[in-house]
Amino acid sequence: MSEAFEPRIVGFLCNWCSYRAADLAGISRIKHAPNVRIIRVMCSGRVDPSFVLKALALGADGVMVAGCHPGECHYIEQNYKTIRRYGMLKHTLKALGLEDDRVRLIWASAAEGQQLAEAIDRFVADVRKLGPLNWPANWSEDPAHLAAVEKMAAEHAEAMEVPV
Amino acid sequence: MSKGKLAIYWAASCGGCEISILGIQEKILEVDKAFDIVLFPCGADGKVRDVEKLPDKAIDLCLFNGGIRTSEQEYMARLLRAKSRVLVAFGSCAHEGCVPGLGNLHTRREMFQTNYHDSPSLDNPGGTEPHHETQVPEGTLHLPEFYDTLKTLGQTVPVDYYLPGCPPESERIWEALEAILAGQLPPPGSVIGVNTTVCDVCKRKRTEKKIRAFKRTWEVVPDEETCLLEQGLVCCGPATRAGCGALCPQVNSPCIGCYGSNGGVEDYGARLMSALASVIDSNDPEEVDRIIREGLPDPVGTLYRFSLASSLLRRSSRQAEAAKA
Repeated sequence: MSEAFEPRIVGFLCNWCSYRAADLAGISRIKHAPNVRIIRVMCSGRVDPSFVLKALALGADGVMVAGCHPGECHYIEQNYKTIRRYGMLKHTLKALGLEDDRVRLIWASAAEGQQLAEAIDRFVADVRKLGPLNWPANWSEDPAHLAAVEKMAAEHAEAMEVPV
Repeated sequence: MSKGKLAIYWAASCGGCEISILGIQEKILEVDKAFDIVLFPCGADGKVRDVEKLPDKAIDLCLFNGGIRTSEQEYMARLLRAKSRVLVAFGSCAHEGCVPGLGNLHTRREMFQTNYHDSPSLDNPGGTEPHHETQVPEGTLHLPEFYDTLKTLGQTVPVDYYLPGCPPESERIWEALEAILAGQLPPPGSVIGVNTTVCDVCKRKRTEKKIRAFKRTWEVVPDEETCLLEQGLVCCGPATRAGCGALCPQVNSPCIGCYGSNGGVEDYGARLMSALASVIDSNDPEEVDRIIREGLPDPVGTLYRFSLASSLLRRSSRQAEAAKA
């Protein structure tokens, strides 16, 4: 591949803090890596682990979840649930052989445009170091294995003809 | 009315589904009244060659259990798909991959290494391994190819209905057969079963769930009335489809999730992660990590015991497996 690898990252940002931080970063014209595709959710606690898994399964190289700082959640304590879910998810992903740096939870308040931009830059740099994930390649089967099915079908084809 | 044709087949499975089918007992005679059995390895006679000679869609109902691990199983899945009007992924293996699907935590190479070389009970001085082609004086012998990744039936061919369970309870099988015989089938592609969770039918007392540690089953003798999850046991009830009547919790054993995900859930393990995470009574990230690490030493085997092959990620990273080897 001649083109440099550009990580594709899906970011779930909470409506009340992190998404506003991203807004602020934009308004303030803070430069940061353009690799994160941002999806706004009402709360980091809304991020079901299946969202993260789906992003990885569909070809994301990394997933970022961002929410309000602990203790500052708009929904009082949902980001504590995020901490627990995230812990559970990371523990599972590790057992499946996914590198630690591919999924990250960060906190950014609505005033922290600069900090969010920096966190994005750091995350993109870390994922870039890991290279492409290409998870669906994990379940693509060896063509030789698949050819065996066609061969078997061909061998049995004669028997499959239905006498009229 | 002429009798319909029924095929029952097994692929990567244990045979428990067949036992469960025969567990409908004398009602099997009703099945026999309605159907001629054209193929039922383990239960009746019937030859693949004969099935191959049937016209397409000649089989009215095929109950297919087991996942797809070899080329021969994939061939049979395709053959029975072509020959069957209604193809049912029968039981957890065909539906979600089940325990054979946990093989997706490894590669074919690793499985062969354990099975034919490292297993302590093994006597294989020549290091013999199965090969797809073997030359003998009489010609070439073939064994099916063994895949790296187990697929579910639905990932291999289009499936009309799914009947969950490991194995499906005999009562549910009979209900499904009755519905099929009466032509009262749900829309194609659906799971034949109820749309609620094991918790919903479990009779244990539930209050607020707050736990500081997950316990393994050998660590506690749970009391017989309180919700097992509230007692710290990893009970999969909140994420698992009902259908069994909460058999395991009834006998003081936590649900392990054999009926698979409830309707509308894309990833069983993700749902269970959410459920288990919300009962942890701590807001300190380090303590949370410790509780999870100590309580779930085998997260994939716990969260995806029956559904790894059908989960969003389907298997472990092969790159990581290769790096280990």
